[in-house]
Amino acid sequence: MSFTESFVDVVGGKVQLLKGGSGSPIVVFHHDIGNPGWLPYYMELAENHTVYVPSHPGFGKSERPEWARNVRDIACIYQRLLKDLGLNTTAVVGLGFGGWIAAEMATMCHHEFSHMVLVNAMGIQPTKGEIIDQFLISTLDYVRAGFADQGKFAELYKERPDVDQLVQWEINREMSTRIAWKPYMFNQAMPHLIKAVTVPTLVVWGRHNRVVPLSCGERYQQAMPKAKLEVIEGNHYLEVEKHHELAVLTKSFLGGK
Amino acid sequence: MHLMYFTEQPMSAYPKEQGDRYGYTALLFPNKFFDAAEGSRLYNERLEEYKLVEEVGYDGIMLNEHHTAPFCMQAKINICAAILGAITKKVKIVLLGNPLPIADNPVRLAEELAMIDMISKGRLVSGFVRGGGVESLQANANPAFNRERFEEAHDLIVKTWTTPGPWRWEGNHYQLRVVNPWALPLQKPHPRIWIPGVSSRETIVWSAQHRYPYIALNLPIEESKNVWKIYDQVAKESGYEAGPSERGYLIRCHVAETEEKAIRNAREFMWMQGEFTGLTHPVWAAPSGYLGPWARRAMAELRAGYTHVRGANASLEKQMQNLTLIAGTPKTVIEKLRIIMEETRPSILALYGNDGKINHEDSKTCIRLTGQEVLPALREIGKQLGLESPFDLNTPVSLAYSGVQAKQSEATAAAN
Repeated sequence: MSFTESFVDVVGGKVQLLKGGSGSPIVVFHHDIGNPGWLPYYMELAENHTVYVPSHPGFGKSERPEWARNVRDIACIYQRLLKDLGLNTTAVVGLGFGGWIAAEMATMCHHEFSHMVLVNAMGIQPTKGEIIDQFLISTLDYVRAGFADQGKFAELYKERPDVDQLVQWEINREMSTRIAWKPYMFNQAMPHLIKAVTVPTLVVWGRHNRVVPLSCGERYQQAMPKAKLEVIEGNHYLEVEKHHELAVLTKSFLGGK
Repeated sequence: MHLMYFTEQPMSAYPKEQGDRYGYTALLFPNKFFDAAEGSRLYNERLEEYKLVEEVGYDGIMLNEHHTAPFCMQAKINICAAILGAITKKVKIVLLGNPLPIADNPVRLAEELAMIDMISKGRLVSGFVRGGGVESLQANANPAFNRERFEEAHDLIVKTWTTPGPWRWEGNHYQLRVVNPWALPLQKPHPRIWIPGVSSRETIVWSAQHRYPYIALNLPIEESKNVWKIYDQVAKESGYEAGPSERGYLIRCHVAETEEKAIRNAREFMWMQGEFTGLTHPVWAAPSGYLGPWARRAMAELRAGYTHVRGANASLEKQMQNLTLIAGTPKTVIEKLRIIMEETRPSILALYGNDGKINHEDSKTCIRLTGQEVLPALREIGKQLGLESPFDLNTPVSLAYSGVQAKQSEATAAAN
C-alpha cells in the first residue's frame, strides 16, 4: 500500500510527514529510536483510516528545534501540526516515547482526540522497575533490548545495521538527550495531569517489556478515568513484532471495523 | 619555562582482577572495591610528595579531577588545591581543571577558587575543562548542552571575578537572582585561565580566541604540531601572534636511578591505559551530543563496535618510541624532553611523574631526581630555545584583558 512523504513547516521548523490510506484520521507517534518506515502496522490501519506518521522534531528527517528542552515542547509543536493539518478531531496512537508525547498532548488539549492508544508508553514514572536507560548502553543494545525475537530485529534493520542507520539512531538519540535527559523518560507532573484526561484510552503493553515496565501501563490505566489496559505477549516494539494483533486491537477500539 | 609536577592520584589499591572481570573501571564499576583506609594512606602520601615537589624546585603542581573511577582520586580539586595553598609557599597551584558543565552553580565555583587564590596568596591558575562523558553521566549533567554550559559557566565566573556585584544572571543554562560573592580572587584582573585538552578542535579554537594557554595532553609530536597550527591560525585571526607562552604540554615522564627501574615503574602507567590514554567505554566516554555533529558518524561506528580507538592499547615500548611516554635516568630523560621542546616549543611543561602502583619511595625518588637534575637542564634548554612562560613575560590573562597588566606578582607581594 502506498504512502506519501512531505515536509510541513510548523513552529519554525520542517516536520517530515508520512501519510497513507483513507478514512477517519489516526496520527501515530513513533518511538525514540525513530520511525523505521511505512510499517505493516500502519498499512493495516490504513485499510480503514488515513494514517499520519510525523517524525518528531529533531528525529528522522525533521529539523531539530535547537531551543526545545523537554517533551512538552514537542507536544506543543504537534498541537500546532494537528491544527495545520485540519485534524480537529483525530485518534492518536503513541508508541513508547511517542506515547509520552501523545499523553502530554492529551493533558494540554482535552477536546482534540477522539481516542488515544498508548502502546508501551513512556512519560510516567514506573512504580515497579525502571525504564531502561539508553544513555548507559549502546544504541544497538538499546534497540535490541526491545525485541523479543532478534530475528525480527534483523529483518527490519539487518543483522549488522548499516552505518547510515547507526547515524540516524544517533541523531534521534541526541534529540532524546536534549529533551528527556532528566528525569529520564518521565514527567513528574504526568500522574496528576493525566487524571483529568477523559479521552477514551486503550493502554496496550507487552507482557515482557524490557524497556518500559508494565507498572507504567498500570499507572496510566489507573489514573485515567476512561482507560483500559490490554496486556499482550511481547516486548517493546509490538507494532513490529505483533503488528497484526496490535492493529486488530487498535481498529476494534476505534470502531473502525 | 614553567615546570609542573602532575599525577592522576590513582586509587591504585583497588583489585585489578576485578577491573578485568568487569571489562571497565569507571561509572558502573562497583565502589565496594574502594578501600577508604588505603585511600587515606594514598591521599596523605600524595600531600607529602607535593611538599617535596616544591622543595626540589618545581614551579607548579598540576591537579585534575575525575569521578566514579579508580584512576583518579580527586573528586574535587578545589579541596586539594586549598590544602596546597596552605602547606606550600611558592609553587603555582594549577587546576586543569574544574569541569564546568557539571557545576549547577558556577558562582560557587568562583567563590571556592577565590578562596584558594587568597589562601595561597595569589598562586592559583584556574583551568577549566568540559569533563569527560563519565563526569556528565555521574553528575547527570546533560551532555548535549556540555559545551554551551562550559562557555556560559566560564563567562559567568569571569564576570563574577571582575564585575562588582550585586547583579543578576539570566542565562540559557544558569540563572542566578543575585551574584555578589564576598570572596574574590587576590590576583587582578583575575587568576590565569589555562585550558587542557587532547585534540578537540573546538576547544583549541575557543582557547585561542580567548588567548588562554592550551595544555596539550600527552599527544605525539606530530599531533601537537597540528594543535599549534590551529591555535596559531586562530590567534592571528584574533589579532595577536601566539608563541610558546600560549603553549603547554603534559608528558608522562618517570625518572629513577637506573634505566631498568625507571622502565619497570613506567609499566605502571599502563594499568589505567583503558581509562585515560586509550580505550574507555565507548558509550560513556562521549555520550550522544557531547561532541559536535562532525563526530557523529565515527562515534556511532565506535559505539556499535564496528571500529576501535586508534592507537588504543599501544605497548609501553611503542609509546616510549613515539615519545608519549618517557622513562629513564635523568640523562636519558633530558635528551628526550629536549626533542619535544625543540619540536613543539611549549613554555609550560607538566611532567606526569608517577602513576599506578609506583610506591611512595619511588615516587619521591622520581620527584627528587627530576627536581635536582632534570629541571635545571630543561630551564637551560628553554632559555636556549626562547621558551618564555606567561609568568616570565607577565602576559595579559586573556585577550579581553590585553591592555591590562596582570597583577599576580604585586598581589602576592602585597599579601606577603
